[in-house]
Amino acid sequence: MDFEFSEEQLMIQQAARDYAQRELIQDVLERDEKAVFPEKHIKNLAELGFMGMMVDPEYGGSGMDTVSYVLAMEEISKIDAATSVIMSINNSLVCFGLDKFGNDEQKKKYLTPLASGEIIGAFLLSEPEAGSDATHQHTTAEDKGDYYLLNGTKNWISNANSASTYIVMAQTHPEKKHRGINAFIIEKNTPGISLGPHEDKMGMRSSDTHSVMFSDVKVPKENRIGADGFGFKFAMMVLEAGRIGIASQALGIASGALERATAYAKERKAFGTELANHQAIAFKLADMAVKIENARNLCLKAAWLKDNNKPITVASAMAKQYAADMAMEVTTEAVQIHGGYGYVKEYHVERLMREAKLTQIYEGTSEIQKIVISRDVLKD
Amino acid sequence: MKILVLISNVPDTTTKVRFTGDNTSFDDAGVQWIINPWDELALTRAMELKEAGGVDKITVANVGEKTTEPTLRKALAVGADDAIRVDVPARDAYFVARQLAEVAKDYDLILAGIEASDYNGNAVGGMLAEMLDFNSVSAVSGISIDGDKFTVNREIDGGSQLLSITGPLVAIVQKGIAKEPRIPAMRGIMMARKKPLNVVAAVDAHEKTSYVNYELPAPKAACKMVDEENAKELITLLHEEAKVL
Repeated sequence: MDFEFSEEQLMIQQAARDYAQRELIQDVLERDEKAVFPEKHIKNLAELGFMGMMVDPEYGGSGMDTVSYVLAMEEISKIDAATSVIMSINNSLVCFGLDKFGNDEQKKKYLTPLASGEIIGAFLLSEPEAGSDATHQHTTAEDKGDYYLLNGTKNWISNANSASTYIVMAQTHPEKKHRGINAFIIEKNTPGISLGPHEDKMGMRSSDTHSVMFSDVKVPKENRIGADGFGFKFAMMVLEAGRIGIASQALGIASGALERATAYAKERKAFGTELANHQAIAFKLADMAVKIENARNLCLKAAWLKDNNKPITVASAMAKQYAADMAMEVTTEAVQIHGGYGYVKEYHVERLMREAKLTQIYEGTSEIQKIVISRDVLKD
Repeated sequence: MKILVLISNVPDTTTKVRFTGDNTSFDDAGVQWIINPWDELALTRAMELKEAGGVDKITVANVGEKTTEPTLRKALAVGADDAIRVDVPARDAYFVARQLAEVAKDYDLILAGIEASDYNGNAVGGMLAEMLDFNSVSAVSGISIDGDKFTVNREIDGGSQLLSITGPLVAIVQKGIAKEPRIPAMRGIMMARKKPLNVVAAVDAHEKTSYVNYELPAPKAACKMVDEENAKELITLLHEEAKVL
């Protein structure tokens, strides 16, 4: 057992910290207020190698491990989770899915520009009537011999407007239920694709979220990922790995909130002494620190399992459920420690609290994670 | 053209400074080490000069034990081509300059940070230039290559001065030499281990100073509030306590 990070991992952590604290912090409040996509930052993060961290350099990636990815996600999310979700979707859903299950031609054509961050991707699974229940896909992909014809609507799609490449799950054989689902690589500018309005969200406001409509969209046969009917399994395996990204994001939101609450408690005076000297506040900070450390260990363990090709289903579900629920608690406490100042935007913690909420919902709600975990606990 | 950038391994600037051994040595337990901020800017400028063309190689050099290698590897990750570590603990400015003089002879341009953020010595660059018999300019806030000469911007009292100077040159650089330090890209981080880090033995030299004792600055005194009506008390305090009147 070894709890030491390598020199490279520490350097990546520092690089992410430097970028977040030097650059992202500059306009995070304004982007949140105006819901502006962080185009410049995504370009810079791509140049630094953060958009395809775990992809082999042969396909434009950085060739790093998942532990480094957790460290980077925590640092970016401390300052700006709306930017880190763009990074997370591109890394752990889109790039990971193509890297693991795409064929060589698909990787050369699509993975290389995605992993280098030249373009970004989106992952289209949720539907108006199928969010957590991914087995019931209403979007259809009719097999027309040379191509598939897609029709349907996808909901809550992060990066929908800014992405150039979509990975879309759709039903080809309804009689086979979830075993009839396929996953496709679709270029966003394909005729028949249209976007709904920009969703005006509570948090993560500078990530762009839309619904996406498919109307007789022709998709070449060679753009199907894996064998016919592999789509559901594909989506589940990709989401399983993706949870490590969102868990690390929740971890970062919480540790960012703790850093701000600690600094505030050392500075602000009440009843003649700093807040930190009041045990009620000091103990809150202690509780927050313990929870954050628990979440960090869960994230790193899940990452280590993935890097060592061991099963991650339960570990990633535990990391995501715990980290997301913890982030909600910790950010709420951070606002409480700040008192009235915590309730205004200038002090950041109200934004962190709004961002934390989404980590309990997307890429599998906390309740879905508990289904995964409880099934494992209860299995014979 | 070959550039050498001198790299000091210093405690992170947010380090809480403590001393041990009855205040005779710096307590480095738990300290995070970084590239001296001025050296980091010097390296950034060296990278810019290389990208503009005309520079064949950037080497970074440090005097220190093996524990300083992560700092050198960070410089390699940022973009230096190779690194030299003189394998001996840094003692004082003269000692460090003497060690560097052995490895710095073959460079056209040496960039040294104006000071290191630990001891603020302000000495190594000038000493090194003297030992090598190189030209030297201090307080440099801008440098470019102009054929076989260098155009150097130097901060002077109340303004700045533009110099044209022949090499080989030791440029002792300060803030302004580059906009901000570069963040290493992941590809650079991965390549850093494959780049040469040459460890060379120290030459026989003796330091000229020794550290006797350290002392922390006095803690900031609490702020005293004086009632706006009470100018007399304010004058008394300024006279008797602050002793400025």
